[in-house]
Amino acid sequence: MNRPFIHRLAHLVLLSGILWLAHGCQSHSASPNNLFPQSGEVAGWTRTSEIRTFPANKLSDYIDGDAEKYLKAGVRSTSTADYKFKDQLEFTVDVYTMSTSEGAKSIFESEPAMDAKTPALGDAARLYSQSLTFRKGSYLVRMVAYQESREVPQALLNLGLAMEKKLSR
Amino acid sequence: MKHGTEKTRRDFLKECALGALVAGAARYTFAADGNINPPATAGTKSKVVMAHDPSLYGSSLTPDSARVQKLLDQAMQNYFGSPDPVALWKKIVRPGEVVGLKVNTIAGPGLSTHPVLVAAICERLQQAGVKPSNIIVWDRTNEELDRAGFTLSNDPNRIRFLGTDSKQVGYDEQVFTAGSVETRLSNLLTRTCDCMINLPILKNHEMAGVTLALKNMYGVNNNPDKFHPNNCCPGVADLNLLTPIRSKFRFVVADAMTACFAGGPMYKPQYAWKYNTLMVAADPVAIDSTAWQIIEKKRAERGLKTLTQAGTPPKYITVAADPQHRLGTDDPNRIALVEV
Repeated sequence: MNRPFIHRLAHLVLLSGILWLAHGCQSHSASPNNLFPQSGEVAGWTRTSEIRTFPANKLSDYIDGDAEKYLKAGVRSTSTADYKFKDQLEFTVDVYTMSTSEGAKSIFESEPAMDAKTPALGDAARLYSQSLTFRKGSYLVRMVAYQESREVPQALLNLGLAMEKKLSR
Repeated sequence: MKHGTEKTRRDFLKECALGALVAGAARYTFAADGNINPPATAGTKSKVVMAHDPSLYGSSLTPDSARVQKLLDQAMQNYFGSPDPVALWKKIVRPGEVVGLKVNTIAGPGLSTHPVLVAAICERLQQAGVKPSNIIVWDRTNEELDRAGFTLSNDPNRIRFLGTDSKQVGYDEQVFTAGSVETRLSNLLTRTCDCMINLPILKNHEMAGVTLALKNMYGVNNNPDKFHPNNCCPGVADLNLLTPIRSKFRFVVADAMTACFAGGPMYKPQYAWKYNTLMVAADPVAIDSTAWQIIEKKRAERGLKTLTQAGTPPKYITVAADPQHRLGTDDPNRIALVEV
């Protein structure tokens, strides 16, 4: 065998190895589609949009200047979907997949807690009258309601608990 | 504008100053009729009117349309000193002009320019003689407009609701250089509209500190992320200095019916409050400076650090007022704040 052929073969083997490793790494993080409950999976909840996923370099298309702090904290991708509860109340759910749990923690801790309740959910959680934020490992989940209702906090918690199970898999 | 060579910041400022002089001359001719208070001219004050209605929402989840119309009239009549809520719009838009209403819809239905406010402005514009086909409500994407509650339409015979990402629109091929950043502007601004009314929303911004009139222009170019470093400074000021933006800007009607004091620009309900207010001005720096004070006051009430202590001072406001930019005034002694 001549030398150029051996070089090419070595490159090919190296490239295959990189691709195999990349695939292996990906398989450790859940697909965004598996993180969002389907319609009816949690009582009263319907998903009303497709799941949109933004890689780190496109995050500002979704959240403008908010993106910078997530980039600094090592965000890998962000997925989002809209939901309705009982066909009336509208919500948006975002899942930020960070490189490390420290990244998720730094974002969570950077936001003023104000008068939040702290339900037992994930590694830490804050519940308000119209929103729920929690972190679990390298994930940060943010749920926002666009209307006020007495039902909202409990509904958020129920959806949050369902998502926590998915994030734990 | 791109000439194929690297430009210095001084070249850029010189070029923009020339453009601003030309554009400003046209605008001041319009204003010299006593129509619009030209911002930041020597010896004058920039007027900012804030109109409040504590019952704007009532028990509803959305502002009451009749009250919004009344509040808009109140703000505009106080600004122009006019008893006629229709005629004053003729001081902003000349006959036959295509007017763009640049809304802010990135934060979804919770914290975007309210469709009910846009409807109230469109009503008055039409009563003032602007044809529906000459009104375009726009922002950067169709999806954001849709999520904020606007019904998309590109019917040339009606009021149009369009994102720059529409197939028929896109960004102008001409490349502008703002400071050290090259950028392209929406064709809706550069080619379709003759003038622009800026309809921002009062928000905290975790990089810029404050987002209102000047920062809303991050929705007119193709690469706003390139303007974010250093608390968006001088990015916001440099972008607003570009001739198409400066020359076509006419007036600000700021939606502060719901506002946010932290966690912006996206909607986080725990940091939002119903402020029940509309703010109007012709000076984008004066109105942004006023917005800064409002947000600081609310943050203090809620026990939060000042924006400077939080590391997000809206320093672009001062830069926008400096001699190189002259986009308006941030001097409190030169701002006439009227609250009604």
